[in-house]
Amino acid sequence: MTKLIFERNISGANSFQLPPLDIPAAEGAGKIPTHLLRETPPDIPSVSEVELIRHYTELSKRAYGVDNGFYPLGSCTMKYNPKINEWAARLPGFTQIHPYQAPETVQGALQLLYDMGNMLGEITGMDHFTLQPAAGAHGEMTGVMMIKAYHNKRGDFKRTKMMVPDSAHGTNPATANVVGYEVIEIKSNERGLVDIDDLKAKMSDEVAGLMLTNPNTLGLFEEEIQSIAAIVHEGGGLLYYDGANLNAIMGVCRPGDMGFDVVHLNLHKTFSTPHGGGGPGSGPVGVKAFLADFLPKPVITKNGDQYGFDYDRPDSIGKVKNFYGNFGVIVRAYTYIMAVGHEGLKDACQQAVLNANYLRCHLQGKYHIPFDRLCKHEFVISARNQMEANHVATLDIAKRLLDYGYHPPTIYFPLIIKEAMMIEPTETESRERLDSFIAAMEKIAAEAMDDPRVVQDAPHTTVIGRVDEVTAARSPIVKWEA
Amino acid sequence: MKFTPNPPAVVEEMLASIGLNNLDQLFLDIKDDLKQTNQHEFVKNGLSEMEIRDHMKKLAARNTNLDEYPSFLGAGAYDHYIPAVMEQLMWRSEFYTAYTPYQPEISQGILQSIFEYQTLICNLTGMDVSNASMYDGGSALAEACSLACLHTRKRKVLVPDTVHPEYIEILKTYAVSGAMEIIIVPGSEGVYEPAVFSSMIDQDTAAVVIQQPNFFGNLEEIVQIGEAIHMKKGLLIMAVDPISLAILKSPGELGADIVVGEGQSLGNSLSFGGPYLGFMAATNKFLRKIPGRIVGQTVDTRGNRAFVLTLQAREQHIRREKASSNICSNQALNALAASIYLTAVGSQGIRDIAMRCHQLACFAQTELEKRGVQLLFDKPFFKEFAVKLNDPAAMNRRLLENGIIGGYELPGAMLLAFTEKRNRAEIERLARVLGGKEND
Repeated sequence: MTKLIFERNISGANSFQLPPLDIPAAEGAGKIPTHLLRETPPDIPSVSEVELIRHYTELSKRAYGVDNGFYPLGSCTMKYNPKINEWAARLPGFTQIHPYQAPETVQGALQLLYDMGNMLGEITGMDHFTLQPAAGAHGEMTGVMMIKAYHNKRGDFKRTKMMVPDSAHGTNPATANVVGYEVIEIKSNERGLVDIDDLKAKMSDEVAGLMLTNPNTLGLFEEEIQSIAAIVHEGGGLLYYDGANLNAIMGVCRPGDMGFDVVHLNLHKTFSTPHGGGGPGSGPVGVKAFLADFLPKPVITKNGDQYGFDYDRPDSIGKVKNFYGNFGVIVRAYTYIMAVGHEGLKDACQQAVLNANYLRCHLQGKYHIPFDRLCKHEFVISARNQMEANHVATLDIAKRLLDYGYHPPTIYFPLIIKEAMMIEPTETESRERLDSFIAAMEKIAAEAMDDPRVVQDAPHTTVIGRVDEVTAARSPIVKWEA
Repeated sequence: MKFTPNPPAVVEEMLASIGLNNLDQLFLDIKDDLKQTNQHEFVKNGLSEMEIRDHMKKLAARNTNLDEYPSFLGAGAYDHYIPAVMEQLMWRSEFYTAYTPYQPEISQGILQSIFEYQTLICNLTGMDVSNASMYDGGSALAEACSLACLHTRKRKVLVPDTVHPEYIEILKTYAVSGAMEIIIVPGSEGVYEPAVFSSMIDQDTAAVVIQQPNFFGNLEEIVQIGEAIHMKKGLLIMAVDPISLAILKSPGELGADIVVGEGQSLGNSLSFGGPYLGFMAATNKFLRKIPGRIVGQTVDTRGNRAFVLTLQAREQHIRREKASSNICSNQALNALAASIYLTAVGSQGIRDIAMRCHQLACFAQTELEKRGVQLLFDKPFFKEFAVKLNDPAAMNRRLLENGIIGGYELPGAMLLAFTEKRNRAEIERLARVLGGKEND
């Protein structure tokens, strides 16, 4: 068991020091009134530098990243994070600049942001981008706020509903709710796609728009996307593109050409920036020209060869975040696009789709595949057969994969498939990796028939076994106490 | 460059093994009229690694950076020292290439680091619970106000104009939901006016927001307003500077219900405004309502202590349209940096840093006043204050000519921040230029 940093506390062990004070020392606490001063210092552990390094190095060994191995988490696009991105993002000319410096002193940063907006616009077929949102869900919120601002500006206040397919990411309905919309769920048809009749029936002059992921969370391309767009637009609504799955079409086709009005991207998925154990991400939002006035402020401008900010945007939705976005993440994504170029973006997409179809075809017969046809960057399999035969659940298979050295797929999602496992290999996996993953999945399928206990009791080789989540939630302990 | 590992011959074999002849057949489900035909105006051909280095170095060189220029800019993002251990540990790619720790068996390192972060934030703020971090200080404040409205079933949030103007803008943006109404109350002399403010609290007031130190660097009086809002069954929300909490009374001691703040100061580089982290902590009664990820301690099947993402029933992927926040990530890597930073400087170190900032600010006040530069407000401050200047923009240009990145421009004034990285010589140089006598 690893000690907590608090359990490594040795009074006096920390030896941090400031340079000597070279000014006359103020008396006591200087000019801070005594009644505002803290009587008991905050409890922060005292640890020597070497023990600090060992503690966090030990924690890092108990983590699992893309650099450790295959990470086929559906809808998360866990592709390799190129090291040149990390190098670039750590240049002092990027890390050591203050957001309120005069624009003339940060021309390189502004040029990067400006060019990034243009590149993302070209990749998605949108006219303008904001790079301000900090994450995908934050981008969704920004985009839906712009849809609301558009209707409000037109005096169209009766559109109080947002349509979301039943296969959508959980953030879509949650976003619509936090922006103040009532959510209407659109059914999937027997082919796993938007049920056009249901969409037609639910579209009305009370509907602000439709939030759609294409390909959807089953990895299936919405073949009738142009008809879907027409239905929504004819009804006066706008079409929102959840860019979580852009890796599936990048360089092949563009949301802007499909009829989407607002698009968010996840730079930490499609554009290779690392996920950081949960963040930071970056969720730029692109819009068609008619929505440009509603973009968050400031907008990065270019006059001649000078870059600057435009804060004078009366119809802007305002600000969703301090400053201009997660700049350090944007630097990484920019570096990636510059490195691979347009042909590399298309190659990434093609290889991602190839890898997904390769896995799907070679898992046939071992697992139930509800929609067993050409997929895009991901697909969904089900442990339905294993469950029926021996009560081996998706969770068990996921845990058994840990014993074989893999991060499991996204499980129990999308909600419309029982015992779902959503597999997204990404383009940065070699055939050898895919083959060994297939072999592991085959072995687990065999174990589920012959020796189900070994799967049900998994994992066996990890530093801890399965955790008691019920106790964690019933009697929460959310901080350390002596 | 390319990061796809399969050479063309392997790709051919893979295609053949699934019955396809070429890559285009993978996209037969996309209609031809949707296929991309645009010219590549902005996204050019790919570059080699050496070319990329060259290009990125040139871009970076067009920025005047704080490694080379002393800076007095603050206003919500601060140039504090980042110990060398940070850089080394932040390079551990097991941390930075990991996803959200959904699989606790292989993610104990990330989960434990978040649990430690939550504890440190609770200890700094004097609160009972902390989430795993949020996007930044401003959006964390907006989430706190939403939480307050939800919890109290009221709509009004009173915010003095001494709160950071960008925070106020973010609050107004988030208020589009209709669930909250943000009311801005003018302050006076660089602090909020307790009498005016208290008189505006009524039965519909969900919360009051106080920033400490406030946007102008001044220290606000908290206790009475806390009592006044609690009398009307509303909540006290505080937005705080984490470095200041080493020496200032904690929000917990002052009666705050929800505490947020910008965590950048804790070991995160300025990075032109992001990525940073927002922290959020609260009293126990918000444990099951607070937005964002939370890590809890539990045991595994073998009886070992273990950590896991917990209380997920609050979150969007379970509650979908019933979730009160759509947030589904945290700023885990920035939170990790904050934890490592606090441990690296330690309990005494963080107090020394906070006190050094204050002492340098006091010294700067003396030096500036000696040269006829007056403070805008006569109020106690922590590490930041505003001075009166006729033309702050022109003065910033003068400072830059003298090798100094100046302060944040206010109408007829300039906001100056002093971190432990500044020293006597830099402050004297600043005072000479601001006093109009750079050649003294």
